[in-house]
Amino acid sequence: MEQLNDAGSSGVITQLGQMLEDALSDNYIFTATTLWHYWEGLVTTVQLVCLALLIGLILAVPLAIMRGSRRRWVKMPVYLYTYVFRGTPLLIQLYLIYYGVVFFDGFDISLGVTSVHVPSIQETWLWDYFRDPFVPALLAFVLNTAAYTTEIFHGAIQSTPKGEMEAARAYGMSRGKMMRRIILPSAFRRALPAYGNEVIFMLHASAICSVVTLLDLTGAARDIYARFYAPFEAFLFVAAIYLCLTFTIIAIFRQLEKRLLAHLKPLS
Amino acid sequence: MIDLQGYGPSLLEGAWVTVQLAVLAQLLAIALGLLTATAKMSRSTPLRWLATLYTTIIRGVPDIVLMLLLFFGGQIGINMVTDWLYDSYDIDVFVNVDEFTAGVVTIGFIFGAYMGETFRGAFMAVDAGQIEAGRAYGMNDWKVFKRIRFPLMMRHALPGLGNNWMVLLKTTALVSVIGLVDMVRVASEAAKATHEPFTFLLPVAAGYLLIATVSEWGLARLKKRYNAGFGEASAWNN
Repeated sequence: MEQLNDAGSSGVITQLGQMLEDALSDNYIFTATTLWHYWEGLVTTVQLVCLALLIGLILAVPLAIMRGSRRRWVKMPVYLYTYVFRGTPLLIQLYLIYYGVVFFDGFDISLGVTSVHVPSIQETWLWDYFRDPFVPALLAFVLNTAAYTTEIFHGAIQSTPKGEMEAARAYGMSRGKMMRRIILPSAFRRALPAYGNEVIFMLHASAICSVVTLLDLTGAARDIYARFYAPFEAFLFVAAIYLCLTFTIIAIFRQLEKRLLAHLKPLS
Repeated sequence: MIDLQGYGPSLLEGAWVTVQLAVLAQLLAIALGLLTATAKMSRSTPLRWLATLYTTIIRGVPDIVLMLLLFFGGQIGINMVTDWLYDSYDIDVFVNVDEFTAGVVTIGFIFGAYMGETFRGAFMAVDAGQIEAGRAYGMNDWKVFKRIRFPLMMRHALPGLGNNWMVLLKTTALVSVIGLVDMVRVASEAAKATHEPFTFLLPVAAGYLLIATVSEWGLARLKKRYNAGFGEASAWNN
């Protein structure tokens, strides 16, 4: 009986091997040219995501501190910003920035005798940068990730244990020093798991930048789909790459959490 | 008032498409999520593996890639199946996938994976004594599910469900990329045609904020209902 089973499973394996061989032998899609196309897409995706995350992170720290301020006029604008950017689809934000830049025509404001010309972006030095869809896409992603990261940090700052702050005050630290030495370092650690999710979210969200003609991983897959009319090959391959990237990010954050959150782990 | 240059009615129609799409996809996601959670907690190893594979792959791949795959590949895949049915069994069926169905199925399929995780955690949080009590009353598995496990589980699942719904709502914007005429599609076409992006995209953004705000209110009401007998609500009632 056992032998029969063995024969059966090895039969299946040879059959599967045969199918794989057939698929590879008449493979006309994954040539050096298409693989290079995917590689270029991967480079764009990684650049875009890393830059957006880095700039978003830098912006989010002061914004999160402002978000927790007691003064209404400091707190409210930041709250409004995160509410709008977290409440609307990233695609809309991307369209607004991309088309807003491209279609914004210059106009004149008349001030009595003289008139002031408000130039369109095409007329200024900024156009050299904004002509490339990378810059508007980056701007949209930065504004989006900064809004989410601000809320993550704000939550982490709010949940600072009272004892830590009392200890800092007892040492006579000023508010700035307390923020720098006590609150922020401990908040960053607590924010780590949520920030890991945000990084994965950003990687996945970056896939929409192909709608503004930017050639990222998904854009490359769409090109190859259009060229060979082979949806499964084109998109499954790119899905596998995204899966690998996601697992890498998860592994990095797990390692970081192990090191930085060791003191928060339950004993035993 | 903003001059929508005659695009007003189609923008409203687009908004209605967005709402229908989101609600139907969410219902499908809840059904798939319940199935996935049940499979993950089942005693059968293949079922558990299948559910884990589903949630891992879906959560590791961008939704737009899955959408393109299911939308462009779906019709070809279905044609392959119907061709095979015709060749081997002489059964002639013709299935045509329209964009709306493809959108609902894809988004429901994606968010089913997220809902599965939410429901699994919520099911595990239900006190085992409650289930045992149901069994002691002679209820069968389905009755225990309907009367005890589901209502008790929903209390724990609601915060996750609410977050999921907000993300799903924003994800529906992506269907405009595969050609479905929702409000984002109408607005972006209008913006391109008139060269006035702000006139059309800002009202659509406001539309999303409005739907999100209304759903937050609805969610608070649901929370009250499923929290009956627990915490604040009961303290207030007594």
